[in-house]
Amino acid sequence: MAYTDKILEKSIDPSVHKMLERAEKLNLETVWDRYEAMLPECGFGELGVCCRNCNMGPCRISPFDDQGPKKGVCGATADIIVARNLIRMIAGGAAAHSDHGRDLAHTLLLTAEGKGGGYEIKDEEKLKALAGEYSIETQGRTKEQIALDLARAVYGEFGKQEGFVQFTRRAPEKRVALWKSLGIDPRGIDREIVEIMHRTHIGVDNDPVNLILQGLKASIADGWGGSTIATELSDVLFGTPMPVRSQSNLGVLKQDHVNIIVHGHEPVLSEMIVAASNDPELVGLAEKLGAKGINVAGICCTGNEIIMRHGIPIVGNFLQQELAVITGAVEAMIVDVQCIMPSLGPLSECFHTKFISTSPKAKFPGAIHMEFSEEKAFDIARQIVQAAVENYSLRIPEKVLIPEDKTECMVGFSAEAIVKALGGTLDPLLNAIKSGDIKGIAGVVGCNNPKIKHDHGHVVLVRELIKNNVLVTTTGCNAIACAKSGLMLPEAADQAGDGLKGVCRTLGVPPVLHMGSCVDISRILTLCASVANALGVDISDLPVAGAAPEWMSEKAVSIGAYVVSSGIFTVLGTVPPVLGSKVVTELLTRGANEVVGATFAVEPDPVKGAGLMIAHMDKKRQALGI
Amino acid sequence: MSQPKEIFVKTHRCVGCLSCTIACAVEHSKSKTLFGAISETPVPKSRVYVQWVEPDGKVPLVCRHCEDAPCMYACISGAISRDENGVVITDTDKCIGCWTCVMVCPYGVIGRHLEEHKAYRCDRCPDREIPACVSACPTGALVYDTVDSFSAKVRNHVSRELLRAERG
Repeated sequence: MAYTDKILEKSIDPSVHKMLERAEKLNLETVWDRYEAMLPECGFGELGVCCRNCNMGPCRISPFDDQGPKKGVCGATADIIVARNLIRMIAGGAAAHSDHGRDLAHTLLLTAEGKGGGYEIKDEEKLKALAGEYSIETQGRTKEQIALDLARAVYGEFGKQEGFVQFTRRAPEKRVALWKSLGIDPRGIDREIVEIMHRTHIGVDNDPVNLILQGLKASIADGWGGSTIATELSDVLFGTPMPVRSQSNLGVLKQDHVNIIVHGHEPVLSEMIVAASNDPELVGLAEKLGAKGINVAGICCTGNEIIMRHGIPIVGNFLQQELAVITGAVEAMIVDVQCIMPSLGPLSECFHTKFISTSPKAKFPGAIHMEFSEEKAFDIARQIVQAAVENYSLRIPEKVLIPEDKTECMVGFSAEAIVKALGGTLDPLLNAIKSGDIKGIAGVVGCNNPKIKHDHGHVVLVRELIKNNVLVTTTGCNAIACAKSGLMLPEAADQAGDGLKGVCRTLGVPPVLHMGSCVDISRILTLCASVANALGVDISDLPVAGAAPEWMSEKAVSIGAYVVSSGIFTVLGTVPPVLGSKVVTELLTRGANEVVGATFAVEPDPVKGAGLMIAHMDKKRQALGI
Repeated sequence: MSQPKEIFVKTHRCVGCLSCTIACAVEHSKSKTLFGAISETPVPKSRVYVQWVEPDGKVPLVCRHCEDAPCMYACISGAISRDENGVVITDTDKCIGCWTCVMVCPYGVIGRHLEEHKAYRCDRCPDREIPACVSACPTGALVYDTVDSFSAKVRNHVSRELLRAERG
């Protein structure tokens, strides 16, 4: 099948080509059409020099020296405006991740109190380990008693006013000392986010460096706080992921099954949907309506959560959400929060697909709202699954077109799973790094963005890294891109350099390790901290680097900020809205090295991006004398 | 002979975002990209202007390339001429920076290039099919069209309005 260049240039994924052609034929609009209609995008916005923080404006600073206003009405320069806007993005991202973590803490609390409508504590070992970090007594106590204390302690982190966030103390002592000396050791999760909103109000903090430091502080509260809480409590409630095989891409949808897609981020909902879909009564109903069964599959990070824990197949990443509906084979698209396009409502109306929103925080035009609550979790999940099953009879066979593309993958590499794969200790990994078999570890994460050919940035960068013996850990939409491209199979070791290939073959693992959803970047932080502690150095001394080749969300800005704050050099594939300020750009790309021992770089070319990461690792290896 | 296109302004559509000014400066930069243009010397110049008129008027203005161009006749060094597409151009080699063109321009859309000591104005983006300012306008306040076609659209619109008024 020959596709037009217009279609081919949008993605490297053949399933996307197929569905875009279908969209064109059915005259359906997708994210790529809307992106094209938006061009050229606003230059003031691209440079970050517009300010809407008060009503003397809106103001925008002319980027060209001798023309147009150089200061906002209040007197704010481009440097001040860019810094304020950037940290407001961090506040948005940190709030999203951390509110996700808060929901898990709430679920654990209800479960411990016996009010969780079907949840249980699945990983008692992790519960006890976390309790240990909080100095909670575990001897002679039931798991519910421990969980109650843990949930309360963790809940307390959000509204804490003084002290520190417990999980930040996983970072090496040197790093924590550095944060303290810079005044960026977060006191509480919500507090730092609120302080960003205060400082960026008209007439408060007008020092770009002071503003950025507060941004870093809130981002640390996200990465080592809210996100870590989300990861760890999800493991306690749903089990710590262990390697499992599954499949990825639109081809996992089944012609003869009821297809239910869970899309969004929190496992609290999707875990129950998975459980309800196994209810014999509902399976029976599906069969009665002519289906062979119920097929649950995921999109985005909720997909990452359930593929990691149950091997539930994953339909695709962010830019494939509309395409899934366009297959015409989806009975229900069930969503909770984050990265859900409002376009799904009107698009679903072109098919029989039920677009079901579940979170009181996230309602959408054209969606049926079936509100989820943890207390009645299983019952509500059952109702939602039933609505999906009943919808099967309304499927229009002539409108169904499911691409055949699907790829096997091995996922589920939590930090615990990696240690287990290494034989119970980090030593084999440390030895491989020391010997040079593994040059370094990369964390490649982030979204999709129609500014970049879909998955091209992700896959090309990762291939280049493994070819150069860099072990890749990944989460989020990058993980899904890698799974679809076959990079998450032990056989993909063939594409790696000789050193990494040998390590992967010995351990039977892929060269690209799926570590979970976007909050699970906390797993990468924990792993880096363990490696640094084992070597007695700071994270910034390690041959590690991060990348977000196709990032777009505010969450990604917060992630980038906490990764750099943790001492990890990070390459961005799309330009953040900061170039309107020389001071902020200089600080992020150079000055930060003197402050936190790491910087950002922007490189849209994924091969060159990988090159920057590899050069950074070489430099760090040399400094370590390995 | 085919009709040349002009940049028409629909003032009621302008929201004053100044996107046209950015696009114009970028098009007249060396790199032709925003991220490159902002660090170039000399600083790239916009040739389109958005005037504010009390209380809420926003009016984009750009060289009209007048058929009977006052600037062309006033230029004492013979730097201003009209090319085969009807575009009034300033030959910067000949321009002596006397600003006579500025004095006679009825629209005030000729600028002074401080680094080069020359006058500059809209050149209708010779490398582009559609001028950068028109492409960048998110609301359709700038339109690149022939007089015939633009007027026909205005007539179409007013005719529909007239009929609707008559028929209720």
